[in-house]
Amino acid sequence: MSIIIKTADKSAIRLSEITAESDYLDRRNFIKQTGLFATALWAGGSSRLASASAADYGRDFNHRIKTAYGQGEELTSYKDATTYNNFYEFGTSKKDPVENAQQFVTDPWSITVEGEANKTGTFHLEDILKQAQIEERIYRFRCVEAWSMVVPWVGFSLADMLKRFEPTSNAKYVSFETLYDPQRMPGQKRRVLDWPYKDGLRMDEAMNPLSFMAVGLYGRDMPNQNGAPIRLVVPWKYGFKSIKSIVKISFTEHEPPCTWNRVSPREYGFYSNVNPDVDHPRWSQKSERKLGANFWDPKTDTQLFNGYAEQVAHLYKDMDLQKYF
Amino acid sequence: MDVALKQQNTPRFKGLKTLLEKLPTLKPAIFLLCLYPLMSIVYGAFTDQLGPNPVEAMIRSLGDWGIYFLLIGLSVTPLRQIFKTPGLIQFRRMLGLFAFFYVSLHFLSYIWFDQFFAVEEIVKDIIKRPFIAIGFICYLLLLPLAITSTNKMMRRLKKNWSRLHKLVYPISMLALLHYFMMTRADYLVPVILLVILSLLLGYRVYKKYQ
Repeated sequence: MSIIIKTADKSAIRLSEITAESDYLDRRNFIKQTGLFATALWAGGSSRLASASAADYGRDFNHRIKTAYGQGEELTSYKDATTYNNFYEFGTSKKDPVENAQQFVTDPWSITVEGEANKTGTFHLEDILKQAQIEERIYRFRCVEAWSMVVPWVGFSLADMLKRFEPTSNAKYVSFETLYDPQRMPGQKRRVLDWPYKDGLRMDEAMNPLSFMAVGLYGRDMPNQNGAPIRLVVPWKYGFKSIKSIVKISFTEHEPPCTWNRVSPREYGFYSNVNPDVDHPRWSQKSERKLGANFWDPKTDTQLFNGYAEQVAHLYKDMDLQKYF
Repeated sequence: MDVALKQQNTPRFKGLKTLLEKLPTLKPAIFLLCLYPLMSIVYGAFTDQLGPNPVEAMIRSLGDWGIYFLLIGLSVTPLRQIFKTPGLIQFRRMLGLFAFFYVSLHFLSYIWFDQFFAVEEIVKDIIKRPFIAIGFICYLLLLPLAITSTNKMMRRLKKNWSRLHKLVYPISMLALLHYFMMTRADYLVPVILLVILSLLLGYRVYKKYQ
């Protein structure tokens, strides 16, 4: 059934060819067992679950499964979330990406998987999507610059995708890379960062159920300026960890290099967990300003792990968070 | 000096010289022009055009204009000497006070809309964050210059007045350091400002030792 594919050439292979049906069903059972779905479905019981299987997703994401994540949070407006972006590949001002990314073509798109895994190679995004269970999750997003937003992301569990590549026991970390193509990403014509942008997670962080691969927001395709066509969302870490426009995933034994960490290790640690008690040399991390807040609105207190301590604190239980920031 | 004279003889520089000579007659209009950045920020704030993070946009913009006015003010003397247009001197105080004005608003908007007058937090911020400390020092150093900007103070301080007002050189350097330190990765704009400041200060060093 499953073929081990280590291909040097660029021809992309169908992910469906390498995914055992049993794995797929196990995943579904796992999700059912968490009980999340009982509370998660906005409309109409488990029939939603059935309708969400495999290939019938339009890219309008009408069939996305609405989850319990972030229910009750007040959403940032679509306009604010899509016009105020840190995406240096399209310029360093917050207004640049929305202006400079409109011509960016993201179809076709493929992702190369390499390193410590059994199933490596290059995969079409559309095939990855066919295998994925598309969900909507509302997450808080906290930038290291002390602003924040609340976004309904559309996408799928990072762990579900990574498991299909069958990482080996040597895979202690997983690293991601953004596209490097200065013709298509004009901000890369200037060397403001050491392109291509890279970031990574420890394997247990990546496998945490919160870690998410987003392909859309607000029920629509991912806007280019927000990291189209596929980006990471790690809601308990500062935003720069949530790498955009991913073309490469590597499983590694050692801690992978991360772009901002290399710019200034004193300011941007490998972990970069949201933590109001770890001071940053430039920005107080005690509080944050929500996008869309006006002059008179008070700032919001920042929470440890951005409020996701219950789900992720155990990952760091024996670690000195002041040291491993 | 020879270079300056040669420049004046070319028609292009003659045109510039004529323009500079006319500027004093336009002083009220230039005064209003100097208020334009503030008016556009205030207008933007009231009409929701400062973007999703209006507080940041306002603080940044006011700080930018503080530095721009410092540099414009520092260019009065070189222009006056190179083009032999002594009338420009009357802009020096006005431009310096506009720099002080925008830096004051920059500081005020920080303590108001960023910190909501939480004195303890502001003090902590200044102590912990070197770039804020340097900005604060800049502001403290600007205060005596603004206070002694009147004719009366000028007469009273005599020689010491120009000595005191040489503080504007370290202030400008510190202001740019403040800008460099708050920049995350893209140093293009602060580098351009640094080149301009270097030319303006370099001119003074050149005049002193020529």
